[in-house]
Amino acid sequence: MNAYNFAYLDEQTKRMIRRALLKGLAIPGYQVPFASREMPMPYGWGTGGVQVSAAVLTPEDTFKVIDQGADDTTNAVSIRTFFQRTAGVATTTVTHDATVIQTRHRIPEEALGEGQILVYQVPIPEPLRFLEPRESETRKMHSLEEYGLMHVKLYEDISRHGHIATSYAYPVKVEGRYVMDPSPIPKFDNPKLGDMAAIQLFGAGREQRIYALPPYTQVVSLDFEDHPFEATKADHPCGMCGAQDSYLDELIIDDAGGRMFVCSDTDYCEARQAAGHKGKDAA
Amino acid sequence: MTPLLSVQGMTKRYGAHIGCADVSFDLYPGEVMGIVGESGSGKSTLLNCMAGHLRPDAGQVVFDTRTDGPRDTVTMSEPERRMLGRTDWAFVHQHARDGLRMGVSAGGNVGERLMAVGERHYGDIRDKATDWLGRVEIDAARIDDRPTTFSGGMQQRLQIARNLVTGPRLVFMDEPTGGLDVSVQARLLDLLRGLVRDMGLSAIIVTHDLAVVRLLADRLMVMKNGRVVEAGLTDQVLDDPQHAYSQLLVSSVLQV
Repeated sequence: MNAYNFAYLDEQTKRMIRRALLKGLAIPGYQVPFASREMPMPYGWGTGGVQVSAAVLTPEDTFKVIDQGADDTTNAVSIRTFFQRTAGVATTTVTHDATVIQTRHRIPEEALGEGQILVYQVPIPEPLRFLEPRESETRKMHSLEEYGLMHVKLYEDISRHGHIATSYAYPVKVEGRYVMDPSPIPKFDNPKLGDMAAIQLFGAGREQRIYALPPYTQVVSLDFEDHPFEATKADHPCGMCGAQDSYLDELIIDDAGGRMFVCSDTDYCEARQAAGHKGKDAA
Repeated sequence: MTPLLSVQGMTKRYGAHIGCADVSFDLYPGEVMGIVGESGSGKSTLLNCMAGHLRPDAGQVVFDTRTDGPRDTVTMSEPERRMLGRTDWAFVHQHARDGLRMGVSAGGNVGERLMAVGERHYGDIRDKATDWLGRVEIDAARIDDRPTTFSGGMQQRLQIARNLVTGPRLVFMDEPTGGLDVSVQARLLDLLRGLVRDMGLSAIIVTHDLAVVRLLADRLMVMKNGRVVEAGLTDQVLDDPQHAYSQLLVSSVLQV
């Protein structure tokens, strides 16, 4: 494969991204601007995550891509193939075999270990965006640690729905300093963000921002004293593997109201099925 | 007695044009100061400079802070000044839309300052918001409605509630009754007068409406072309204006 530089991007670009990543790791939760490149895929398909992956991949790495937890959906397949072709790295769907995992909207169920890197695709890195449209103002709010507005959003949730209805992209505070958008992961995954052994890198291509969580960082989900944070999931076991503790997708299976709940993390579900676990809907 | 706010030699230029020039005065706790003058006389520039929204070219704004005593707010660091802006100071805009978050419910608007200073108990925030809506005569049932569904007068009262909820000591008001019809104005003034007296607030009110200052202000400054041309007790200035411009201003009011 000589038509491309290793992992598609040229070395100067990767160097620029690595500098942003290092800065992000040094200031956990801080959004570092970077010169996002045009990638051969549309914005919203993970251009930020792809650039971060390209910058951290080495020829010895094993690469895994998940989209909403699944290894076999369009976004996951296309990005995996992209790096197979442009970097020639080994790919896998097994979470613990992978050294770099690019993810969209989920954290794998299996606990990640030291030596692994989790790369998130981020559509909107600014947690205050929909409350304060001025970027100049939100930057000032971050720098001066003025985060009262974030709680106004949660207040509005409770006043309208009786509980905090934000269920994904749930804002977190990193090391008692920066409020961060964890990308649109379900709030079920929020507790895994903190104290994680793996490095977590966040890339927003269109918005040209990179941020990061070094291993074992303190991450706290925002809440009220009388409405504490709650990690929620569908109250069912997985239909295929019977898991009680995993995040579930609800699938409509016929036009008569039939539905089933299955693990959104396909690797986790398949591994459990291979180990003999069986759910009530398994064939 | 230490003045709550002491302004010295406040000057703001827009290029060669003068916004306001060499304005000095002291404001004591519990006192309401009115600033009147025609459009373009520098009233709003002066107010924005004092409130830290504009950076003056020269002058001092010394505020008697709760913790450290008198401090010059022009030279203090931005985080400190913004902290003052949401604790001890309040700013009531002429247009309620500038001072409110239109996409957030009335309760959220009132609660924002509480959350900004670290309040993290939903029930408490809501109770305080309900209490304040009552004080500004907004039906508690409207607490979850957005300000877009409120009338102009209600929006203005909501803005006042939102500003006063943290118990500020100094309120800056920029034409608080502008754009409201006379009966709504009268009720708003009544409300403001009650709040100012009950809470012992100090206030600086910029207006071109002499009736507003007659009702609310203890002292008055008349501005023209960026300079203060006359200052004194409200009744004194309005009943016996000395400067030609003050005389013109007072005689311009229609007697109904």
